[in-house]
Amino acid sequence: MTRLAIPVGSQDHVQGQAQAAVTLVEYGDYECPYCGEAYPVLKAVQRAMGDQLRFVFRNFPLAEMHPHAVRAAEFAETAAELGKFWQAHDMLYENQTALRDADLYAYGLRLGLATDVVRQGLDGRFDRKIKEDFTGGIRSGVNGTPSLFINGLRYDGERDIDSLVSALKQAARDAIRPRAATHR
Amino acid sequence: MSETHSPTALPAGQTAPAFTLPATPDQTVSLDDLRGKPVILAFYPADWSPVCGDQMALYNEILPEFHKAGAQLVGISVDGVWCHAAFAGERKLHFPLLSDFEPKGAVARSFGVYRDKEGISERALFVIDGAGIIRWSFVSPLGINPGADGILEALDNLGASAPSEGATS
Repeated sequence: MTRLAIPVGSQDHVQGQAQAAVTLVEYGDYECPYCGEAYPVLKAVQRAMGDQLRFVFRNFPLAEMHPHAVRAAEFAETAAELGKFWQAHDMLYENQTALRDADLYAYGLRLGLATDVVRQGLDGRFDRKIKEDFTGGIRSGVNGTPSLFINGLRYDGERDIDSLVSALKQAARDAIRPRAATHR
Repeated sequence: MSETHSPTALPAGQTAPAFTLPATPDQTVSLDDLRGKPVILAFYPADWSPVCGDQMALYNEILPEFHKAGAQLVGISVDGVWCHAAFAGERKLHFPLLSDFEPKGAVARSFGVYRDKEGISERALFVIDGAGIIRWSFVSPLGINPGADGILEALDNLGASAPSEGATS
């Protein structure tokens, strides 16, 4: 339990190198205020960790609670097709209170995504990808948003910069030590 | 907050104690009513506390996965029916919340997951098969939302014994 069920792979949105000592996976929802709080923290954590860290974002939209979350996820997936996932991801978290369709079209234009492209992206073609992220998250023990996994294990600690950096550094040290410890 | 794993929670293999509890001011739900299909009992400490909210809200989002496995979900806490009604309404919950209010915590006690000191139930999960046998139980540290992976795994393990025609609630 509480172990990442789906390994990081080519389907994922990734920042950092595959050979980084530590991988942080976030299951997030663009409309979730706690994810919004975590957004600048995670940026700072990435800066503090540098090359040591690989960061992965997966979709976990809480659709019942957040009516715009799925559309926002679809928008980010649309941008990903054009290599602009992270710009879209950042723009959504920096504008969490404005996620109506009209807002998404406007963000699209700012990112250089034509209105037609965004419209097509919102037509359900990414439903499966988003759903796969979601069900993989449930199977991994995602227990709300954001849920964080450090080298495959759910992190239940505090989500401030210092706590996260120290947990990640510990995980990086553990990963460099005998690999046998990772086979359970 | 997290050291008190209840050693008393009824384990797998035992028959789930029968109960009848109010779900709304004028409706009750009995465990017997739910016979024939797997049941997920999610005991939680209280309506409105932020972690509980997250847990019930999370299960609300996952409800289709539970239904795919043919299972019904019920939440149980010591809160009264009006409190449950307000909570379920505000969070748009699509599953029943039962009120273990009078005598207080009696059902939680019968499952071995009542916390006398605080007067609330543990954050405890039980997966009960269609014949009323507990097939999996888990007590989470009070402050930690246990997620749903354990529930789904337990439902998977019921396997062929659980017909899964995608029941709806």
